[in-house]
Amino acid sequence: MSQSVESRTRIKSERYESGVIPYAKMGYWDADYVIKETDILALFRITPQPGVDPIEASAAIAGESSTATWTVVWTDLLTACDLYRAKAYRVDPVPNVADQYFAYIAYDIDLFEEGSIANLTASIIGNVFGFKAVKALRLEDMRMPVAYLKTFQGPATGLIVERERMDKFGRPFLGATVKPKLGLSGKNYGRVVYEGLKGGLDFLKDDENINSQPFMRWRERFLYSMEGVNKASASAGEIKGHYLNVTAATMEDMYERAEFSKEVGSIICMIDLVIGYTAIQSMAIWARKHDMILHLHRAGNSTYSRQKNHGMNFRVICKWMRMAGVDHIHAGTVVGKLEGDPLMIKGFYNTLLESDTDINLPQGLFFAQNWASLRKVVPVASGGIHAGQMHQLLDYLGDDVVLQFGGGTIGHPDGIQAGATANRVALESMVMARNEGRNYVAEGPQILRDAAKTCGPLQTALDLWKDISFNYTSTDTADFVETPTANI
Amino acid sequence: MRLTQGAFSFLPDLTDEQINKQLAYIVSKGLSANVEYTDDPHPRNSYWELWGLPLFDVKDASAVMYEISSCRKAKPNYYVKVNAFDNTRGIESCVMSFIVNRPANEPGFLLQRQDFEGRTMKYSLHSYATEKPEGARY
Repeated sequence: MSQSVESRTRIKSERYESGVIPYAKMGYWDADYVIKETDILALFRITPQPGVDPIEASAAIAGESSTATWTVVWTDLLTACDLYRAKAYRVDPVPNVADQYFAYIAYDIDLFEEGSIANLTASIIGNVFGFKAVKALRLEDMRMPVAYLKTFQGPATGLIVERERMDKFGRPFLGATVKPKLGLSGKNYGRVVYEGLKGGLDFLKDDENINSQPFMRWRERFLYSMEGVNKASASAGEIKGHYLNVTAATMEDMYERAEFSKEVGSIICMIDLVIGYTAIQSMAIWARKHDMILHLHRAGNSTYSRQKNHGMNFRVICKWMRMAGVDHIHAGTVVGKLEGDPLMIKGFYNTLLESDTDINLPQGLFFAQNWASLRKVVPVASGGIHAGQMHQLLDYLGDDVVLQFGGGTIGHPDGIQAGATANRVALESMVMARNEGRNYVAEGPQILRDAAKTCGPLQTALDLWKDISFNYTSTDTADFVETPTANI
Repeated sequence: MRLTQGAFSFLPDLTDEQINKQLAYIVSKGLSANVEYTDDPHPRNSYWELWGLPLFDVKDASAVMYEISSCRKAKPNYYVKVNAFDNTRGIESCVMSFIVNRPANEPGFLLQRQDFEGRTMKYSLHSYATEKPEGARY
């Protein structure tokens, strides 16, 4: 005669009776949890399935992103299991939205391998995102403890050292992406690099999808681009660079391309976000070792960062990439053609540039963060911006940014050099006006018109692009304040 | 050619009034300022000569302007720039730099190329002015 499950069990604790019990009761919810200084904290936006209690859903997220499986396992008892259980400790309704909650979860530092973004993310954005009890899930923010940050290299170069190497202070860097993205031969490609730099830019840039295609293999691109860089540098007496994209199919290929970029004398090379966290960390270590600035193009991020209810917020990518060790990352323009609410963008920039940030809910910063002296990542503003917006760009983005005008340089009717010069003159005149204490945001258009009196290319740019703006409401906006993207 | 190092080199040379306003900005931000000069403007020449020590805790822009004027008077045919430093934790570096004097004639740089294997090229910049000895270049 078969016995019941209850009578067969040898474990005399309700918690470990075989079967399925609520996650909250399994030890993944603790409203009185006292956060340890060394805990890793995460904030998720959860949309529970109809009828699922938000606390239970939060506990389930804590469980599924740490030790839990769907049923009770006795092998827990072989471990100091309470330590390894993440704890959901606070659940707040999302302001002005029905059925969405912010769940705060704490993880003990020993849940994660030192210095490994891959290990961190395998837990935090692993299986849990497919979990059926929630309709949608979004990772909004994380707090990294100092003890954990100290196991990461951080940016290979960092803002301060990059400025010293580039000998450029007190103004944003200026760049442009070579266009068309695809199809140019090596020789024609290098022409664009030369013209843009000669006109006054600090950097030209490969686009994310220029690797080594039939129309131009990578060595051709590297050799001709460096001719352009050096020729322009000699004509201006300034240090200039071109981000050579070393993204490739395998790590071996990337190292080969990176080594060659160094051999040809480049000061900066570039990778795409799609190469993956481990490859990014490897390249950051390589870059530190070889005095190379490392630019990261965030190719692919909008696949999971743009929609508000599911995926992850870009500010978390910013945090991970500062830990992983890149020197540049595209982080939004506010006024350009790509997604970007002003407050959200400010939060991204502060995450990349500050040594210490406080809680700032309108900017989406849910935790205070001490960056443990990790260097600063330079945000890159790229996509649909032009000289006529210079006052807004300086106001929203400040000095510590690379302003990257692709179409806004190469699309200039008088040529690429003229386009570059227009941007440089617009930038310098705006920085000067700001320093002079003028109300440069309000007077911006007049400041530009005045500067154009001694710079024909700027006048042409202002005339051509005066009506260009991208006034769409962003999808990823602050939950605590709504702001339209002003763009006038 | 026109050397375009510094923050405002694409604009017409700054007038003293414009320089004064920038100095007032430096003072208002609590930065320290220093004046440097050189006749070797190679972009990798990190160490221009110091015109005295940096002015720390400077409260008055005219003190910096006085140093600029003295430097210009003593070194009329040199490049002179003003730098501002921020000693805030996490910055601790130069945060502003612009040229306030340049020689009448700027001969510029020669790009020297040395062919290497596999079509690679070793590039170096050579400043024409440095063909003459220091102090007799411009």
